Amino acid sequence: MPVTKVFEGKVDYIQILDKDGKIDSALDPKLPSELLEKMYRYMVLARAWDKKNLVLQRTGRMYTYAPVEGQEAIVIGSGLAAAPTDWVFPTYRETFLYHMRGASLGELNVGWMGWEDGLKIDQKMCCFPLAIPIATQFAHAVGGAYALKLRGINSAALVYGGDGSTSEGDFHDALNFAGVWNSGVVFVVSNNQFAISVPRKWQTKSETIAQKALAYGFKGVQVDGNDILAVYSVIKEAANKAREGHGPTLIEAITFRMGPHTTADDPKKYRSEEEVAYWRERDPITRFQIYLKGKGIWTQEYEQKLQTECSALVEEGVAKAEGFKADPKNIFKFVFKDMTKDLEEQMNECFSQ
Amino acid sequence: MKMNMVEAINRCLNQEMERDKTIAVMGEDVGVDGGVFRVTDGLYAKYGRERVIDTPLSESGIIGTAVGMAALGMRPVPEIQFQGFEYNAYHHFVQHCARLRNRTRGSFTCPMVVRLPATGGIKALEHHSESLETIYAHIAGLKIVYPSSPYEAKGLLAAALSDEDTVMYFEPKRLYRAFKEEVPEERYTIPIGKAHTVKEGNDVTLISWGAMTYISKDAIAEAEKAGVSVEHIDLRSLAPCDWESISNSVKKTGRCVIVHEAVKTMGFGAEIMARIMEKDFLSLEAPVKRITAWDITVPYPKLEDYYFPDKKRILKGIIETAKF
Repeated sequence: MPVTKVFEGKVDYIQILDKDGKIDSALDPKLPSELLEKMYRYMVLARAWDKKNLVLQRTGRMYTYAPVEGQEAIVIGSGLAAAPTDWVFPTYRETFLYHMRGASLGELNVGWMGWEDGLKIDQKMCCFPLAIPIATQFAHAVGGAYALKLRGINSAALVYGGDGSTSEGDFHDALNFAGVWNSGVVFVVSNNQFAISVPRKWQTKSETIAQKALAYGFKGVQVDGNDILAVYSVIKEAANKAREGHGPTLIEAITFRMGPHTTADDPKKYRSEEEVAYWRERDPITRFQIYLKGKGIWTQEYEQKLQTECSALVEEGVAKAEGFKADPKNIFKFVFKDMTKDLEEQMNECFSQ
Repeated sequence: MKMNMVEAINRCLNQEMERDKTIAVMGEDVGVDGGVFRVTDGLYAKYGRERVIDTPLSESGIIGTAVGMAALGMRPVPEIQFQGFEYNAYHHFVQHCARLRNRTRGSFTCPMVVRLPATGGIKALEHHSESLETIYAHIAGLKIVYPSSPYEAKGLLAAALSDEDTVMYFEPKRLYRAFKEEVPEERYTIPIGKAHTVKEGNDVTLISWGAMTYISKDAIAEAEKAGVSVEHIDLRSLAPCDWESISNSVKKTGRCVIVHEAVKTMGFGAEIMARIMEKDFLSLEAPVKRITAWDITVPYPKLEDYYFPDKKRILKGIIETAKF
């Protein structure tokens, strides 16, 4: 019996806009300038909001916060590539999606300011409540996509995670189910090189994370996660494919978390200045700014105006979130649909002191 | 119509799936095979593979996907083939099923009924004989029901399938085919959170649920012959638990025996004892007694009879408590 090849796979890496803002004209998605401006505006706003939240946390006005700096192109590129009726299943790193789906920055920060009400989400926004446990969201998206299909709703489900999350059994479960069920799911893994302090190479021996999809019977693709045009194009294609009934895609977006994992760790302990500098040169906003300048959209005045506008929005959001109040009794009210007698007694005892 | 518990659950699933198109049964071997205990027999042929889903072999995948389904408009009924294998999915119960409503302040909910074939006494393989109700009872946001008869099984399941929260639905395997009883053909519900007084009595309160309600009946009959009048309360639900019925009965009898098939330490009996201490200490005439499994791993079939409370131990407990 001769040896025969029973499987062979490949993984593409896609970059459209390089680190210097130079576009690959063959791959240029030729997006309308309003959309390009929207991309830039959202990225600038997300960074301003992110920086402000770090300051708020450092000055005791916010609890633990997970910054997004460096990964804006993934959040915003995917958020804009998805149809408004596609469901998104974010983690703590992609909460800016809620703003893109209609929540004000104030509402967005209510959660980060320590109120469950931040996750009181109108289902019309098609946003699943963010996942704090690692990787459980993947299966939720697969189940969500199943429900949508059964209900006759033609929507894709985009679900997010980091490189570390791919080590969890839940990642395997979800990709396996998605393959078998041919689910309309787009798995977006932000490979930001570190899971808190543990480097990507200590998570898996696989050369790429994208290639793991091949084992589950569907396509995996790697994309420059700091290139919003590439992220947008790849995700748009995967979401269309999902809606058309052609099954799931795994997208590994290569990026870098410029800040700490959360405000609770110091990245200086586990990564070098050189590494950070290397990625600083590959910043998603800088390269896009150069690109927009080349197109005659971006100017100094444009930037100034945008920065002023964003900072006003951020400040307004902070004021709104800091002014938020909810009934403390809510901690008892949503355990079950109807409060049990026992819980009612405990609630009364709690608030009688 | 006379039915055993398997037939009662099967009939209920069939009726409910007809009533509510969002209900889908899912799990390992639940479709073509009709479940390893035949509980889902016939559903695949009637409702098709979209609503009777033979899933890949992964408890975590089953419950994880069920969370997404439940949150986005379905009522999944995932089965964990044997409760001793639920650990792989436990994080989804705790981190999502139990708290989705709370963490989203009611904007998302997780209405699912998790079918958990539990209990031992059927000479099964290792990991196939557990009764792990307590590990859910510790989690705020989960409901736990534990029927003890075909009639209860059908009524409680129908109630669970119209409940807006996650319900852990225990199926005592050893009662699946133990006996038949009259079960209404038409739909009826038994309220979750209400205990059932199996029989009234004056001297001792006996509290049980699931298979132990059935096992206790013989012991109670013997005790009555010996002149002890026993009030038998079948809890039906552990969460929410009907503390009021327990309290009222203990106030009346002043004596209480709790029988459960899970291990003693931190078993649900411990919580019942604590509540009795809090509310009815002054009514007590004797220490509350627990008849439970020992604090050991469920033995292999040859020695498993030592493990579970049986008629003899229960009777002894009733008499001791009555005479104290």
